[in-house]
Amino acid sequence: MTNDLTRLSAADLAAHLVSGEVSSVEATQAHLDRIGDVDTAVHAFLHVSTEDALATARDIDSRRAAGEDLHPLAGVPIAVKDVVVTKGLPTTAGSKILEGWIPPYDATLVERIRAAGLPILGKTNMDEFAMGSSTEHSAYGNTHNPWDLDRIPGGSGGGSAAAVAAYEAPLAIGTDTGGSIRQPGAVTGTVGVKPTYGGVSRYGLIAMASSLDQAGPVTRTVLDSALLHELIGGHDPRDSTSINEDLPLLVDAARQGAIGDLRGLRVGVVSELSGEGYQEGVSARFAESLDLLRSLGAEIIEVSCPHFKYALGAYYLIMPSEASSNLAKFDGMRFGLRVEPEDGPVTAERVMSATRGQGFGDEVKRRIILGTYALSAGYYDAYYGSAQKVRTLIQRDFDAAFAQADVLVSPTAPTTAFKFGEKLDDPLAMYLNDVATIPANLAGVPGMSLPNGLSDDGLPVGFQILAPAKADDRLYRVGAALEAALENTWGGPLLAKAPELEVAR
Amino acid sequence: MSTISRDEVARVAVLARIDLRPEELDRLAGELDVIVDAIAQVSEVATPDVPATSHPLPLTNVFRDDVPVPPLPVEDVLAAAPASEDGRFSVPQILGEE
Amino acid sequence: MSAHATVDLVDYDEAVRRYDPVIGIEVHVELGTKTKMFCAAEVEFGGEPNTQVTPVSLGLPGALPVVNGKAVEYAIKIGLALNCQIAESCRFARKNYFYPDVPKNFQTSQYDEPIAFDGYLDVELEDGTIFRVDIERAHMEEDAGKNTHVGGATGRIHGAEYSLVDYNRAGIPLVEIVTRPITGAGERAPEVARAYVQTLRDIFRALDVSEARMERGNVRADVNLSLRATPESPLGTRTETKNVNSFRSIERAVRYEVSRQAAVLDEGGTVIQETRHWHEDTSVTTAGRVKSDAEDYRYFPEPDLVPVAPSRDWVEQIRATLPELPVARRNRLQGEWGYADAEMRDVVNAGALDLIEATVAAGASPAAARKWWMGELARYAKTSDTEIAEIAVTPAQIAQLQALVDSGRINDKLARQVLEGVLAGEGDPEAVVVARGLEVVSDDGALLEAIDAALAAQPDIVEKVRSGNMGPIGAIIGAVMKATKGQADAGRVRELVIERIG
Repeated sequence: MTNDLTRLSAADLAAHLVSGEVSSVEATQAHLDRIGDVDTAVHAFLHVSTEDALATARDIDSRRAAGEDLHPLAGVPIAVKDVVVTKGLPTTAGSKILEGWIPPYDATLVERIRAAGLPILGKTNMDEFAMGSSTEHSAYGNTHNPWDLDRIPGGSGGGSAAAVAAYEAPLAIGTDTGGSIRQPGAVTGTVGVKPTYGGVSRYGLIAMASSLDQAGPVTRTVLDSALLHELIGGHDPRDSTSINEDLPLLVDAARQGAIGDLRGLRVGVVSELSGEGYQEGVSARFAESLDLLRSLGAEIIEVSCPHFKYALGAYYLIMPSEASSNLAKFDGMRFGLRVEPEDGPVTAERVMSATRGQGFGDEVKRRIILGTYALSAGYYDAYYGSAQKVRTLIQRDFDAAFAQADVLVSPTAPTTAFKFGEKLDDPLAMYLNDVATIPANLAGVPGMSLPNGLSDDGLPVGFQILAPAKADDRLYRVGAALEAALENTWGGPLLAKAPELEVAR
Repeated sequence: MSTISRDEVARVAVLARIDLRPEELDRLAGELDVIVDAIAQVSEVATPDVPATSHPLPLTNVFRDDVPVPPLPVEDVLAAAPASEDGRFSVPQILGEE
Repeated sequence: MSAHATVDLVDYDEAVRRYDPVIGIEVHVELGTKTKMFCAAEVEFGGEPNTQVTPVSLGLPGALPVVNGKAVEYAIKIGLALNCQIAESCRFARKNYFYPDVPKNFQTSQYDEPIAFDGYLDVELEDGTIFRVDIERAHMEEDAGKNTHVGGATGRIHGAEYSLVDYNRAGIPLVEIVTRPITGAGERAPEVARAYVQTLRDIFRALDVSEARMERGNVRADVNLSLRATPESPLGTRTETKNVNSFRSIERAVRYEVSRQAAVLDEGGTVIQETRHWHEDTSVTTAGRVKSDAEDYRYFPEPDLVPVAPSRDWVEQIRATLPELPVARRNRLQGEWGYADAEMRDVVNAGALDLIEATVAAGASPAAARKWWMGELARYAKTSDTEIAEIAVTPAQIAQLQALVDSGRINDKLARQVLEGVLAGEGDPEAVVVARGLEVVSDDGALLEAIDAALAAQPDIVEKVRSGNMGPIGAIIGAVMKATKGQADAGRVRELVIERIG
């Protein structure tokens, strides 16, 4: 039984909890046991909050026994990316500079998770400050892809994706600045959604690039993502960029999509996001998925987004510029690491520089230097300013494309998971991994990645769906329809094809 | 050939308050070309007639009422401080004034 | 650090004969909102350290700012009072610099898009001259925390071993008001600088946007100064003297910089563009430390905030609530009351404007109100060493006192006795008159008795008057007044005496 509980989707587990077949303590303990069994090998978690999770589970069980009206996901355990602040639970953002920091407050999305009674299993590994596409930039070691432990789980949210893929958690929280939810989803065979910018509160997310960051769900099924998205999303007065409107009905859209009728839906294939540089198996699975969508009644058309090729350039000006400023607060004065210079006078200025020199990893230093340079005297207009203009052009491309199509689609990532170290010394190759995901962040539109098969190397491939801003429901309708059709051809979920992990005890 | 010199990287590192070792300066001087490429690419289309977009969704006038909320308890405020004294954060001596 | 004792100075009068000073003033005012600029931490003066902070004002990872709408309203108020344009849309920017009292290591401020711009302020100088100061901009930003330097010499930064930081002040809303270069003040530059800041202070109070207490640092001024050979010459290199925090110091700092820069220029040297610090104790400015990354603040639009776009309706609503500003009110009252310029200035300087206005409102004539407040009461305030506004008498009581005089129930001399009674806490003038029995004696019978006695006592004077020499009649009247203890109406006495001598 214990083993089975971890294989359930969050929706199914929630149903078992509601029916009383299973208690939250049992479900939570099952996942904690699974973490104990496999996380030495996977290393998805930086911190496991056993006591906290079980306390929440016990509380939910007793409230349910008392007949209280509970949230549909009450009692379903969840893992939270370590970039999200959690009161009383260590939060490091994968960085040495925050080692041991215990926040005195909760992010808004964590408040909502706690209020709904989801036991928090722990904090998941990530590239330091979410900077990376492989989780190799974590200061606390690599997370391993459950499909092949020698390979990367994607990044920056490799920990959340791997936790879900390895059945260590049915639900996880990710954040996505240039693809950090969707790309790990693609390479681990899981589902990840980057909501519309402003759809989920950023209050309590340790910021990388404020105008690009978005938190979202990481799950094994489209419906689970919808359930979690509805829980964490919606207006938050503490985030000035939060959309002050109700979310569209996401769970309804997922349930409706699962029926498998996409007649009347126009699906736009972005011609700039395919072809050269895409692994053969990735392109083949993409084409098959298009056929499936067509078979469900969707019309497939080709659309062009000519400015997408400038997206990467704009991204690598905006992201480091904002990050260089957002990360200035890590200076050893108020919290976190403080390092004194090895010699010379101990002044605040020198302690700050020593702390940041030692506390930040290479990739973080690289981006801060890049961003500081881009904002430095005389460069602002040419750099950050120009990049903001490209944002406008990309938005216009999206506007034109969405005038022709209800959703846009592409492969999520050009390749399957690569081996550790393969691209570590080639930042540009690492960056190219995000080429299909970045435009959505620049324009603020929502995007989903769901697994759509295995490539020739036997590793999972992801299918990306993009929708207009505030039309996140379309992702769920199309995603659920495709997921159902794919699982029908596979005879079950893709993850069932993943090799069983060796259990450590 | 790098277009951003090692000296330039060193200047920026001071601005960013990051001590870099000599080998880090060397490496970064080479890697920062990525930004030069980005500029070259972006400036192809970032013409004066294109307006800048700073926020994905255009919002204005997001204000808060002038109503206090309880502050953080002072023990929480100082809990993570590397050093503190008399309810305040203790920091090394400060040179210069802003 | 001892170097500043030996700086050469040119005598001020000499300096301004040969150079034309140009000033520029940046004033920061802390707004009197209940909460901070970007978070709902309560702001109260004098709280225990770090008890007025939230994750936002502490700059904790993950925290996000939200603009205080009241602070925006106050900033617009200030902009309107300074005759500025109010931006249709403006943004916040990040000013990036590392300093321990700036929790995020950037200050959220406004850079190229201030909320208010292109205004002016008319400033009244001591001799009543109105001097117009052009305002370049007024923008919103947040205050920094407070460093206390421990060890080393007397709390100064240099030589301190470490510093203690309190973030209660971090995030308090500020409006910074920047003038255009102020030219044409000549030798009066120090006075103009002082009067400008003083006028601003009065405006902040009149608008009720700040307590504007200089001693608490609610209002802080940075003074830029440069010299040029003649008013036609291009602007010279300026210095910026920071944190000049009293009216007197503003005047003195300008004088000092004029004298110092003149000395530099006289020797053929060049003034260095730099930040200087004002030392209240020694009344000198000294050069600040030159920073390696000076001025490279890497401004960019604050991505965590959205633009502020005050609707024209809102701006007009705010404009409609603006109180009359001090200079305008002063001019209006002077016109209504018919005071001479010098009289008006004395009234203002004595702090009696409000009192006189209230006294007039309570029914006294402007002339009478001025007479009381600037005469008897001003003297009383001086001898008792109290502020005129603190004297234990109300404008209504003064109006009542004057009404008693006007109706003839008391005369001026009695009125002073009545006032004594009021000041002694014996009640309203009416009550004092009754209690002390100070009413003018208007019963002719009683008066005639006293007059007859006086006439009988001085027959020689009676003769003189009878023969047409009215001069000595005063002696008779004086005797009657004395006999009636001053309570007689001197006019009536005179009439009766003439009648009697007939």
